[in-house]
Amino acid sequence: MGTPTEEILGATRREGKRLMDLWWQEMTEAAQTGRPTAYVFAMGSMAELLRTFGFVLNFPEITSLQIAVRGQSQAYIQAAEDYGFSPDVCGYVKADVGLQLRQGEHPYGKVPRPSLVVTSNVCNTYIKWSEIWEHLYGCPVFVVDLPGWRGRDSADLDGETFRNDARYVLGQLQELIGLCERITGKRFDLDRFREHLAEANRMAELYQAVCETNRHVPAPFNAVVEGVTYQGIAHLYRGSPEGSRYFQQVLQEMQERIRLGMAAVPDERFRLVLVGTTCYSHFRRFVELFASWGGVFVHSTYMIFAGGGFVPGFAYDLSRPLESFAERMVTAAYWGYTGSMFYQQDWLDEVVQRWHVDGICFHGVKSCRTVSTGLPDVREWMRVQRNVPGLFIQSDLVDPRLWSDAQVKNRVDAFFEALAAHKAARR
Amino acid sequence: MVIATRTLVAGVDVGSTQTKAVIMNLNRVILGRALVDTGARLNEAARAAFEAALQDAGAGEDEVAYTVGTGYGRFKVEFGNTQVTEISCHARGAVFLFPGTRTVLDIGGQDTKAIRVGSNGEVLDFCMNDKCSAGTGRFLGAASAALELPLGELGPLALTARNPVTITTTCTVFAESEILGWLARGRKVEDILMGVHAAIAARSLSLLRRVGIEPELTFTGGVSRNMAMVHLIRELSGVPVNVSEESHYCGAIGAALFALDHVLVGERVPVGAGTGEGEDAGRGH
Repeated sequence: MGTPTEEILGATRREGKRLMDLWWQEMTEAAQTGRPTAYVFAMGSMAELLRTFGFVLNFPEITSLQIAVRGQSQAYIQAAEDYGFSPDVCGYVKADVGLQLRQGEHPYGKVPRPSLVVTSNVCNTYIKWSEIWEHLYGCPVFVVDLPGWRGRDSADLDGETFRNDARYVLGQLQELIGLCERITGKRFDLDRFREHLAEANRMAELYQAVCETNRHVPAPFNAVVEGVTYQGIAHLYRGSPEGSRYFQQVLQEMQERIRLGMAAVPDERFRLVLVGTTCYSHFRRFVELFASWGGVFVHSTYMIFAGGGFVPGFAYDLSRPLESFAERMVTAAYWGYTGSMFYQQDWLDEVVQRWHVDGICFHGVKSCRTVSTGLPDVREWMRVQRNVPGLFIQSDLVDPRLWSDAQVKNRVDAFFEALAAHKAARR
Repeated sequence: MVIATRTLVAGVDVGSTQTKAVIMNLNRVILGRALVDTGARLNEAARAAFEAALQDAGAGEDEVAYTVGTGYGRFKVEFGNTQVTEISCHARGAVFLFPGTRTVLDIGGQDTKAIRVGSNGEVLDFCMNDKCSAGTGRFLGAASAALELPLGELGPLALTARNPVTITTTCTVFAESEILGWLARGRKVEDILMGVHAAIAARSLSLLRRVGIEPELTFTGGVSRNMAMVHLIRELSGVPVNVSEESHYCGAIGAALFALDHVLVGERVPVGAGTGEGEDAGRGH
């Protein structure tokens, strides 16, 4: 006997909020008790390893975007600029600096000070951002150097280069483990780590299945609206039973939505992919501009490269946990952070086909050149080679001063006018 | 189907600088046109341009069966029936003026648009300047202010340049100080002006290349009346450039053609959807 419909529908929204509130509660308590806290990043958080030591995990990208969603980012960013940061610096960084200057006081709670910062080289800003905390708090910063892969062909995951790279990362992880042991006073527990990996495997499988449900027409969820919550939970609860349970619930809800013919956007007319992030300071408006035309985002690149370390198809080998963890990090770096940045069209091409996509929205981020690089080229390739229309708009992650409503709306409206004609012509 | 000969349609293009209106009959003949400065009250500018165009056409408002608003202030054409973006309208208008048009360049007051169009005026692709006004008509406005010259004199004077300067700033506000800097160094006004025109043309070409330049190229918008700019676009693009006496009204013409579609198919439904400016769609979430 299946779960009653009314219990399934809406359960994930409530559960998502509960888990988010729980995380904030944990952070706020840590700020008071001094429980060891690790600052980590969306790309390459190493949550499974740090969770083994009982660290509270703070994701500053998430706290920054939440400030923006609450409509308060300008004041935080302004505080950072008053402190001396340039308008060109990453909006996430400045919102966080504003937060640190306010002693961690956040609209949702209090952010504890870092006992440790763990980052990698997949984003230059991560390293410079970490140095700010190092400067402010004198905390250790551990940078994992992840080798990249810039060839168009997929890296040979059985090849010698991959094996050497994985060994190189494994050596760094062992060094990190030593540091974590010194900070927390706890010995590394391999069995516990293995349990976290097993949960991460379960969650990754469910996360992938949830993404797949959006291949259905009409799409049961909006990859920009619900998708942001899914990414958030995937980061915060990676490697935990709560995370796996949550995605089991989400999957169940999506299957029920499909069964009932429920659509994320009523009267779905256009199926879209978002390349990049949304503008969190205008989150609701951003979505409205598309939804008002019957446009639904069925997928986004962000759901993949910022999906909590998610690598499609990768599962940890639990018989060799640390080695496998290193291999996942190298694979993510090859696949998600370096190669895909230069050959994004390969992934898009597949998504367009499998998710029945009508058009692609490329959102350039003014304060992040890294994720904005190459967008016009990919857009051009998809248009010329695949006859898939693309819209290019530009604003920011969290800085409301870089959002120009009339201009964004004008481009979005024109895109849909053209898309309607394009779709009619293809019929 | 019998349609009264005096059934008319209107297109009103409320741009950031100027508002244009066109009155057209069912045979696609433009009967009246008008242009007013937009100013701060967009709805009043739209109404003033519309009434002036009606007067130019010798027509009454009751003869207008359908009105389409376009431009940034399109939602302020309160007497209009629906709205279409100026990207679609310029595409449609350009193909109306020059049926062989496949690429459109529109340089307006705060936007520059490069548009690839199909044979029916449908938009195949478009690119616009980002939210900064570098490379738009506003850049010429800055030059006009700095050099104390009327806008209409800039083009002819620029064409007399013999040794143009290079304007390097991409900021419209800073362009003014760069112009003053060149003046302080004793450079001739025409040489500075040509540098300003070349800077705009270079940015426009960059947009055109992004959509691909396919002949015929039609240049629309207020800046298309500037002969120095036409000369530069022709030279840099390497293709002939269509410019019409009506180019300035191209967006309004396109809007009138969309209005005509509605009348001819007997529809009174919006072309697309989309919320009004600042409205809350309130759907989907």
